[in-house]
Amino acid sequence: MKKIFKLLGFVVLIVSTAVIFTGCAGEKQITLKVYNWGDYIDESVIDSFEKEYNIKVIYDTFATNEDMYVKLKAGGDSYDVAFPSDYMIQRMIKEDMIQKIDMNNIPNYRYIDDRFKNLAYDPNNEYSVPYMWGTVGIIYNKTMVDDVVDSWDILWNEKYAKKILMMNSQRDSIGITLKKLGYSLNTKNINELEEAKNELIKQKPLVLAYVGDEVKDKMVAGEAAMAVVYSGDAVFMKRENPDLEYVIPKEGSNLWFDAMVIPKASQHKKEAELFINYMCDPEIAFKNADYIGYSTPHTEAKKMLDPDLINDKTAYPEDEDLDHCQVFEDLADSLKDYDRIWTEVKAN
Amino acid sequence: MVTRLMKKFYILIIFAFLYAPIFVLIVFSFNNSKSRGNWNGFTLKWYMELLRDRQILSALYYTVIIAIISSLIATIIGTMAAIGIHNMSKWKQSLIMNITYLPVLNPDIVTGISLMILFIFMKMQLGFFSMLLAHITFNIPYVILSVMPKLKQLNKHLYEAALDLGATPWYAFKRVIIPEIMPGIITGALLAFTLSLDDFVISFFTTGSGVSNLSITIYSMARRGINPEINALSSLMFISVLSLLIIINKRMSKDNSVKENA
Repeated sequence: MKKIFKLLGFVVLIVSTAVIFTGCAGEKQITLKVYNWGDYIDESVIDSFEKEYNIKVIYDTFATNEDMYVKLKAGGDSYDVAFPSDYMIQRMIKEDMIQKIDMNNIPNYRYIDDRFKNLAYDPNNEYSVPYMWGTVGIIYNKTMVDDVVDSWDILWNEKYAKKILMMNSQRDSIGITLKKLGYSLNTKNINELEEAKNELIKQKPLVLAYVGDEVKDKMVAGEAAMAVVYSGDAVFMKRENPDLEYVIPKEGSNLWFDAMVIPKASQHKKEAELFINYMCDPEIAFKNADYIGYSTPHTEAKKMLDPDLINDKTAYPEDEDLDHCQVFEDLADSLKDYDRIWTEVKAN
Repeated sequence: MVTRLMKKFYILIIFAFLYAPIFVLIVFSFNNSKSRGNWNGFTLKWYMELLRDRQILSALYYTVIIAIISSLIATIIGTMAAIGIHNMSKWKQSLIMNITYLPVLNPDIVTGISLMILFIFMKMQLGFFSMLLAHITFNIPYVILSVMPKLKQLNKHLYEAALDLGATPWYAFKRVIIPEIMPGIITGALLAFTLSLDDFVISFFTTGSGVSNLSITIYSMARRGINPEINALSSLMFISVLSLLIIINKRMSKDNSVKENA
């Protein structure tokens, strides 16, 4: 017993000194704190950035926009670069949580496709630089569906009862229903929202399950005929199971962005801009797009990708497919209506 | 005969339910595809990538370090507290024990948020130290609660006898009290260690940039899907715990047989 304690004490001693020393090492070096989605970067990029600029990067990850928001809002932490999505950027601008980026320090910004500049969430493009984008659509199994899939209506077709997977996410599920009805997916009109609610309740008996990330495994394994998914995941699923096909319904859908911003509390704005610029370097942007598999807004990086992927309409749809697509906007006070409607749908 | 078969079958089912998920997890750590819907052939690449993944490795490092340090400190503080509480008058003892129960019954999220607010209020930088403090805090009651019963069982005349035989109070404490309550201390320490190892909620709120444990890192992968490197890591952890248990059991049975022979 005594031996065990001695050993334990020894381990703790070594470990704690190791912690203290690693804590002190490189005091002079600037550290840059980056906050990104989990598994959303090619990690070798961080190493090469550190080497090139002699800046230490502390890299943390979050699971949802809301998690990130809470962490930044609480103020216990100060991150220098964060990667929120469109509507969250709008909200953070409104709440004065992020600062303007000096685009003169981001020369690589010129590589970003003009189509993805000056969007509703950041109208003058002063606060954010797009990182990845995608759409929401229907993925279906060609061996199980014989109708033409080009409309959200197919998700309401009784022929596919208990073979439909919906997203377990209120904004996305209510959003596509609004689109099906021909409304804006940012609507704050309570009548339109009530109508969407009734549609969703009507659809509920046909739905096999409301799912999150496990949709990928289920569709690849052929457990359902169709599902509502993000385009980036659709690319992955199609590669795993060639019977799958992805469409953006003709009524339009959600076009989403994850972009880089600099939180107000950042004390290293210069270095943060350096980092953002580095992420927009063609070679680096290519590495990330290749690793993640989502669509890149970077024109040069896109050219370097596997030709099969560039020509894949799933990842890089035609401009006209995007015509009716909308970017999420901050709902402000209507958020509670969405909350209530989703609860009623799920509880029904 | 039939009942015996039934008994065996019942045990088999229980073990199947307990271990099937772990078995599936280990099998898929060798899957060539990132999807769990497809088996694309055997590979060791997730193990190789795990060794290179600095985010997962740093999360593992912080998880283990914090579990070791926090359980150790909580065990020391908790044991001392338990001995102190044990020697209090009746009503004081029940008062303090109720206060000890409170954090155990309190939902984790309340503990987590209140600690975070406290740290921010004290202008403390959230990070390694704040997370360590939080873990020590929620571990202490569990240690007290597992040491207390052992103290209650203790024959209080043992200590007096030691003093009568010429032991100093410290020596008697070290050689009489501590060995008697040692099983309780070890249970408390192990409990604290495991609780710290897989805590998510409290860690999430009390950690700061650059310090994240395994549960936070795995949770953050929710949108993109859990990376099979996590399967590889879990398999390695499972194997190491299993072999540790086997070694300890072997040694214990050896010790026992030595004692029996003597």
